[in-house]
Amino acid sequence: MSEAQTTAEAHAKKFSGSNSRKFNYFEPKGRRATLYEDVTVDVQPDPERYLLQDWIISWADGKPAYAEEWTKIESSDWHAFRDPNGEWERNHYIRQSSIEKQVALTIESAQQEGVFQNIDKTWRKVIQDHFSASKHAEYGLGMVFLQAQRDGMSQMINNATLVNSSDKLRYAQDITLYLMDLAKDLKELNEDAGKENWLNNPVWQETRRVTESFAAINKDWAEQVFAVNLIFEPLVGELFRSGFIMQFAASHGDYVTPAIVSTAEADYERNLAYSVEMFNTFLSDPIYGDNNKNVTQEWMKKYVPMCVEAANQLQPIWSQPRVKVSTFSDAYNRAKERFNSILGQINIKIPEGVKL
Amino acid sequence: MAMSLSKVKKQRRMSISEAHNRVKNLAWTPSYAQEALKYPTDYKFSKAPKDTMKQVLRSYFNMQEEKDDRVFGAMDAALRGNMFRNAQPRWIEWMKLFLGIIPFPEISAARSMAMLSNVVPNDELKNGYAFQMIDEFRHSTIQMNLKKWYMENYIDPAGFDITQRAFGHCYATTIGRQFGEGFITGDAITAANIYLQIVAETAFTNTLFVAMPSEASANGDYALPTIFLSVQSDESRHINNGYGTLMMVLGEPDNHDLLERDIRYAFWQNHCIVDAAVGSIIEYGTKDRRKDKESYVDLWERWVYDDYYRSYLAPLEKYGLKIHHDDIEAAWNRLTKGKYVHKVAQFFATGWPVNFWRIDPLDEYDFEWFEKKYPGWYKEFGKWWEHYRELSTPGNDPIAFADVGYVYPHRCWSCLVPCVIREDMVVDEVDGQLYTYCSEQCRWTHKVAFSDNYNGRPTPAMGKFSGKRQWEEVYHGWDLADIIKHMGFVRPDGKTLVPQPHLHFDDQKMWTLDDVKGYEFKSPIVTLREMTPEQREKHIEEYHAGFTIH
Repeated sequence: MSEAQTTAEAHAKKFSGSNSRKFNYFEPKGRRATLYEDVTVDVQPDPERYLLQDWIISWADGKPAYAEEWTKIESSDWHAFRDPNGEWERNHYIRQSSIEKQVALTIESAQQEGVFQNIDKTWRKVIQDHFSASKHAEYGLGMVFLQAQRDGMSQMINNATLVNSSDKLRYAQDITLYLMDLAKDLKELNEDAGKENWLNNPVWQETRRVTESFAAINKDWAEQVFAVNLIFEPLVGELFRSGFIMQFAASHGDYVTPAIVSTAEADYERNLAYSVEMFNTFLSDPIYGDNNKNVTQEWMKKYVPMCVEAANQLQPIWSQPRVKVSTFSDAYNRAKERFNSILGQINIKIPEGVKL
Repeated sequence: MAMSLSKVKKQRRMSISEAHNRVKNLAWTPSYAQEALKYPTDYKFSKAPKDTMKQVLRSYFNMQEEKDDRVFGAMDAALRGNMFRNAQPRWIEWMKLFLGIIPFPEISAARSMAMLSNVVPNDELKNGYAFQMIDEFRHSTIQMNLKKWYMENYIDPAGFDITQRAFGHCYATTIGRQFGEGFITGDAITAANIYLQIVAETAFTNTLFVAMPSEASANGDYALPTIFLSVQSDESRHINNGYGTLMMVLGEPDNHDLLERDIRYAFWQNHCIVDAAVGSIIEYGTKDRRKDKESYVDLWERWVYDDYYRSYLAPLEKYGLKIHHDDIEAAWNRLTKGKYVHKVAQFFATGWPVNFWRIDPLDEYDFEWFEKKYPGWYKEFGKWWEHYRELSTPGNDPIAFADVGYVYPHRCWSCLVPCVIREDMVVDEVDGQLYTYCSEQCRWTHKVAFSDNYNGRPTPAMGKFSGKRQWEEVYHGWDLADIIKHMGFVRPDGKTLVPQPHLHFDDQKMWTLDDVKGYEFKSPIVTLREMTPEQREKHIEEYHAGFTIH
């Protein structure tokens, strides 16, 4: 330290740059950079921005560490997208931890009150066979996102996808632990039945087929985000969670399952928000917007029929609970409305010939 | 009706082991569509070992939130306690470099979990990779936040304010990119398991995340230790993932050649890169010169030699692996006899005009400490550091261009650290092109480990060195002032440099673009390639002989 200098505190001296206290290498989305932007933007570098020497280790085929051609989506600025949820580690852990505490407290309180014994028997079987089967779909999608977060073209894209993975895996584990707790009180509950249904019951096979098909997508991370969050979730995932579990549980003496499912619905609202924002960025791209619209049309032609089929295959589940709160048809109509409203948010239409 | 207290007490708490057994059962073998094999590997996998950590997200998220509460509470307390009143600027300046680099390798580690999850057929381990992915997201963003915090509260924010731009432009951060890109490209097992988990995390995070915090505390910086020790507490999960994955490939005798190659490459390159960066920061970024303080080589002996090599690496031989004991010995010799860290620090200080942090001149207390810890240090480096101090005021030649006897080094094509141990520099041709390497091991890395085959077997998954690997080539023939402008290492007044070879926070004493105009920058490798064979032979001979400081 210079002889006269006795402190390293900000503003102790005035000199060139002594007031430069903001990251100045990116344009904030709003008037001022958010904390999320500060800890996220440009951490994954890009030869189009500041990566002077380009990527210095390539794949065996010569492709760079992050390759544009892994997705059919094109962009004139991969860094334009910002996650509207603004998630970084601090708020991620606070949110996930709050959810886990709430779920654990709800289950604990239900156990203390002996609530599980009061759940209608037909509904217990639904939980055992179908709610439990759904955890495998959630886990499968979590793993799809775990891999998708490797390949996106910006830190913002990949971190949003990473958080999506964390959400899905947490929820799948929450269902698993819930069933473990239920089985302690309901001795007849078979914890293995969910997986058995997932693997063999015809009502779940189309859902499993489409889930597996997402994992079979080779490196197109944008296709995975689009197909899962903008097609599968409204038509199948949310249909089952909101259109069935949330509607039927209370009438069968079950307030715990909806409390757990509601966390997944809140996750989905967030993950839908980032997906809509991301695809709005791609679809309104001044150079590649039209190409990207064509790409999403192709994806819809591929995945909408698969998801419609998966949704329809789930129909018999609606007739299994004792109290018929609503019909599959009502729930599916709401799912279709939701799907159309999502497409409206990104300003695209269902391709001709594709039926819901 | 509420449950009685006795009944509540009889209730079982969540057993992690029971929970984990169920969580790993979430996976299934697909039958409608096979998962795409997105990332290549030349490895084969054998029967599954167990994930001994047995974690579930319910307890994980709560634990991490609690850790965060402590971290952020400590940062607030540091400000309330006026930490920066006593923190040493010499130390905080080096944080501009360290924190300029580290968030990228961290997030690359998160990305690399996708690669392991894709190729390793073990659902229990995939669960572990998911935890590691979220951990690494934590590390990257919490470190970015620390950097922002320094920028907001330290006397000289310049260099922090341009941090990610600087990361992409600087000759020193290239070395860190070689480290981080090593996690995310090429053979998935080579990159994410051996290079990242088995060597970087198991061997070198102790020097990164334990030794460094200790030095930070000694320099009045309580924030870095709080965060990095919290980061280090996640590493046991990653080391466990690494070991589990290694056990899956170790059982296949076919993999042993590849493991020998990858452990050799990864150990040597981690040594070159981590020791260069962390060693320089710990030894030259500190004002703490207590005589009883351990030197970097003392720490290395404890963390890398004893804890890692003797207790972890050498025992792998019982599985039939060949471990290159001579490389560990060679790394030790480079650190001790070769004075590797000191030569790298000297190089960083030589290059000060193209840094984005300040390097404080050494004083007599520093000289005394170095001489005690590294006998013979003053004879080899003392005079040069005196020149550095004398030339630190504007109006002098930048030391890289001053006639002090120092020869700007060649850069190693493999690890990207300059060939600072002159007698070890190796020159070789690969595919008809001439390259320079800091050591025989780095030559082997490029020519043998990163080729299309190894020991006669094809290795189609192995990555390739690419890009404009040598920073100096990009700016060959440029004027020094233009390089600095192009990199954006100029303060908001448009003329004062971000880097300074001193800690004077006074415009009158700070270097500007005018002070560095008229110095033409030459790339050593371009120059070497332009030489005739005879000139080159002579040049290499002279380079090996070293230099004498006037």
